[in-house]
Amino acid sequence: MKRQAKMRSFDDRTHLYGRIWGLVAAALILSYPFLSMAIFGASIDWKIVGTGLGIMAMYWVVGAVETFTYTPMLGSGGTYLGFVTGNLSNLKVPCALNCMEQAGVKSGTEEAEVISTMSIAVSSIVTMLVLVLGVIFISFLTPVLENETLAPAFDNVLPALFGGMAVVYISKNWKIAVMPCVLMLLVFIISSYITGGSDLASTLIGVMVPVGVLFTIGSARVMYKKGWLGERGDLPNAETAPEGKAENGDAPQGENGENKGE
Amino acid sequence: MEFDMNSAILFVIVGIIIAVITAQAVFFLVRSYRRGVKIGMDKRVLNKTIARSAVFTIAPAVSILVGIVALSQKLGLPLPWLRLSVIGSLSYEIVAAGVVEVVENASQYVSVALVMTAGMLVSMFLPLILGKKIHRGMVKINQKDKVWGGHFMTALFMGMISAFLGYVFGGVGSGSAGWIPVLVFFVSAIVMALCGLLLKKTGWKWINDYALPICIVIGMASAIPFNMWLG
Repeated sequence: MKRQAKMRSFDDRTHLYGRIWGLVAAALILSYPFLSMAIFGASIDWKIVGTGLGIMAMYWVVGAVETFTYTPMLGSGGTYLGFVTGNLSNLKVPCALNCMEQAGVKSGTEEAEVISTMSIAVSSIVTMLVLVLGVIFISFLTPVLENETLAPAFDNVLPALFGGMAVVYISKNWKIAVMPCVLMLLVFIISSYITGGSDLASTLIGVMVPVGVLFTIGSARVMYKKGWLGERGDLPNAETAPEGKAENGDAPQGENGENKGE
Repeated sequence: MEFDMNSAILFVIVGIIIAVITAQAVFFLVRSYRRGVKIGMDKRVLNKTIARSAVFTIAPAVSILVGIVALSQKLGLPLPWLRLSVIGSLSYEIVAAGVVEVVENASQYVSVALVMTAGMLVSMFLPLILGKKIHRGMVKINQKDKVWGGHFMTALFMGMISAFLGYVFGGVGSGSAGWIPVLVFFVSAIVMALCGLLLKKTGWKWINDYALPICIVIGMASAIPFNMWLG
């Protein structure tokens, strides 16, 4: 009981510190345009801001959607830090998921909270370091980073990242994975053939992540209620361990062996 | 002061902001490490998490640096450095920076900076407002039915991964070049499967630690020959 109370207070403090740091970071980030105004004695061109209003509105929606989608995945500390440091879908979320998977901790537990927060913190620090070094040595690095031969490699980080992750997650959770994967493939392939390009995909992804999440939760719930995902936890004498763990494929294993993943 | 997108004072401001946010990351890292030790987690697991996260981050971070270089031609270095180090995402910053074709004066510069910053307002404040409520909701789901709680989290991850799986195929209608991301995806997936097989056959545990970074690097590198073939 005492330990539970202590855990709650640690969690409460995480939220408190997260909010304080978040507010300080937001104030500093927002100050940049206004400090630039003061330094150069310039005023805002409201025509330009007006032109950008549509883009801003779109990303306000994306921001709201990301909050509801990624917050449950990242844990308390990871959420506050991840949303301040950004690059969530292309770096922080996959990094946290990979580390939780490798450490063999179960999502939603305090161990997962620790691993998720640590991985996002380290990822943020390393990103800052890489970018600082990049900025310092920009004149040396620009010819390499802008090399036309290397450009396709830098353009394909997301496919390279999610290819590896998909094998791990789909092989372990194929029952839950099948329907959303088929749906998303259909949506993106059809939209690409209709428009004859890839521009729509970049816009669609912001919307399709929450759609994919909601659809997957819905379909998993139906399968769970029908007993297709193994024993139910809301019935008398039910086992408490999720069944999906028995579905391991050839993907690398976590440190706690059978306790990895979900 | 005369307008200069690469003025030393702008570098100083950005440096201070990034230093404070790095301090936040260090604060949470130390705090969570200590918490892990306190609740009885193996220090080796915690140390390995640090190493894995660091290795995992390098390739994606270099691609973010490419974004800074691309944006710096239009906006100078400090602003893209700030925007891509904190909250920002490359896709948004490129679109937001497109509100003017060429930045010629300070007024245009601060306006573009405002658009790039203001687009992230919801991402800055909503997690601060709703983070606690969402986490408490997750705890309730877990307390009510632990088995469903596990499946719920899996469904969250799978929903995101399925969306990005679809995204990879989002350019196939544009012709042969649109298949490059698909091929990169499969190369990365095959490398991951091979890592799994190698781990099973040899028992080399280090493979487990670096499988995903290896997949990312090989996958990215494979895009170069694929581009020569299909691009």
